[in-house]
Amino acid sequence: MSQRIDAKDLNIYYGSFLAVAGVNMSIAPRSVTALIGPSGCGKSTFLRTLNRMHEVIPGARVQGTVEIDGVDLYGAGVDPVAVRRQVGMVFQRPNPFPTMSIAENVLAGVRLNNKRINKSDANELVEASLRGANLWNEVKDRLDRPGSGLSGGQQQRLCIARAIAVRPQVLLMDEPCSALDPISTLAVEDLIAELKSEYTIVIVTHNMQQAARVSDRTGFFNLEATGKPGRLIEIDETATIFSSPREQATEDYISGRFG
Amino acid sequence: MASPTLTSTPHPAAEPTPPGASRAKDRGMDRGFRYLSIASGVLILLVLAAVAAFLVVRALPALKAGDAISQDVGWIGAGQSLWTVIGPLVFGTVLAAIAALAMAVPVAIGIALFISHYAPRRLANGLGYLVDLLAAIPSVVYGLWGVMVLAPVLQPVWDFLVRWLGWIPLFAGDSNGNASNPPRVLLTAALVLAVMILPIITAVSREVFLQTPRLHEEAALALGATRWELVRMAVLPFARSGIVSAAMLGLGRALGETMAVLMVLSPGMLYSFKLLVASQQQTIAANIAAKFADANAMGVSALIATGLALFVITLVVNMAARAIVARRKDFSGAN
Repeated sequence: MSQRIDAKDLNIYYGSFLAVAGVNMSIAPRSVTALIGPSGCGKSTFLRTLNRMHEVIPGARVQGTVEIDGVDLYGAGVDPVAVRRQVGMVFQRPNPFPTMSIAENVLAGVRLNNKRINKSDANELVEASLRGANLWNEVKDRLDRPGSGLSGGQQQRLCIARAIAVRPQVLLMDEPCSALDPISTLAVEDLIAELKSEYTIVIVTHNMQQAARVSDRTGFFNLEATGKPGRLIEIDETATIFSSPREQATEDYISGRFG
Repeated sequence: MASPTLTSTPHPAAEPTPPGASRAKDRGMDRGFRYLSIASGVLILLVLAAVAAFLVVRALPALKAGDAISQDVGWIGAGQSLWTVIGPLVFGTVLAAIAALAMAVPVAIGIALFISHYAPRRLANGLGYLVDLLAAIPSVVYGLWGVMVLAPVLQPVWDFLVRWLGWIPLFAGDSNGNASNPPRVLLTAALVLAVMILPIITAVSREVFLQTPRLHEEAALALGATRWELVRMAVLPFARSGIVSAAMLGLGRALGETMAVLMVLSPGMLYSFKLLVASQQQTIAANIAAKFADANAMGVSALIATGLALFVITLVVNMAARAIVARRKDFSGAN
């Protein structure tokens, strides 16, 4: 189910502005890859090219290729909608659909993929997904209540449940814990560790401890100056990045000398 | 020892007025503004109460007259009371407004969605401006247009409806099984009303659609929603209460619209669902406009009584709309 990702010579533009330049990255299946770097360095922008969410912004476009198991996401005839159904995404701020109940939120993506799902299958899927997101015990008595009534951390885990309910090949997380308190953060981090056995996960984070805790490999993005494109400086085993990085900039960033 | 940047000794030249004075001035402004807003709120209530009181007081003579009213008021038949005419008028008014709303709301939502989520930005701006322009056309012009242009065009359409959908009571023909010619019928009037209320419904819906949180739109897109699925999952649920408000604004205008109906519709005083037959229904507003000029004292009172009925309808419609919106408040996204 989970699959490898290869980005080759990826240039990412907003209109004529080159935001991220020359990214080459390979991500192994069933691994967690953390992307770190200072604000504005393009790590979220890069993440959003992996499910073609980048192009939702007017004028945004991409050069180069992103392959998932050898299939170029940006090849001719590839439907971005189909890409997004295979690559799930969790956002910085929890965004359950406010007009849907908890159960409906979990099923939202499934209802898009195949409209018909019978009631018992639906119930099973809701339970399995919520269990997968470590949320089942907290919400099993109020599945028909609005998702927006949950706490921030619960909402974020609901969004994760919604993303994994469609059984994606890859799960992208864009600073999933930045709006959460430490306890909810811990719950989500535990969840990431569990999900790793089934999904290829790419997570953008501002929290270096978090990157160190959850990821197998870490990529460091940086930009030389404001207005210059962001670049992938280096990517390696997380332990290596945090103990003996090859680049001076990485060393400076992780030791807190800037950013 | 505190860092020097954080301790601030006030610079004598930097404070032209003592802090207390500007505070007091602020407070005065604050109080003044509060009184102003309270006064505005109270004024609304007073105006509403004054209108209601005027309607009730001036309608009382007609309401108390009973069967005797038909001797004074020409358009109330012998032996009939006020109630026997208010009934059909209320019926006609509501029927015309609902028919107009049924035609206008889907189109308005479609236009608003096109402008907010489908059209390229430059086209969207132009189109939005164009729709707003529709609101600037005086209703008497709509009336003229309805009679001179729209009616001849609609005649074959109404004939077609009667021929093929005549089994539906709404589209039933006259005693010969035809649509009336010329088509001065309720559906023609309702269509003119629909065009008139289109701009307000479109404008309000468009604004609400544009307010859809980016967060929810991205959530839908990231799940692999197509544009239409995005609209269904994120935009329409978020905008539901706004759409209801927009429709109610339109309904309010349709209920009260006078000139266009007066010019287009051939009136009748029946409880009739026949939308395509002339001389079946009449609306309150058009009836008042038609009869007011040569009404005697009792006639004016009777007309004001029908106006009171219109006032009540509008109140009920608004309250019903609020109840609909409030019923699903938990799920509205406002929490």
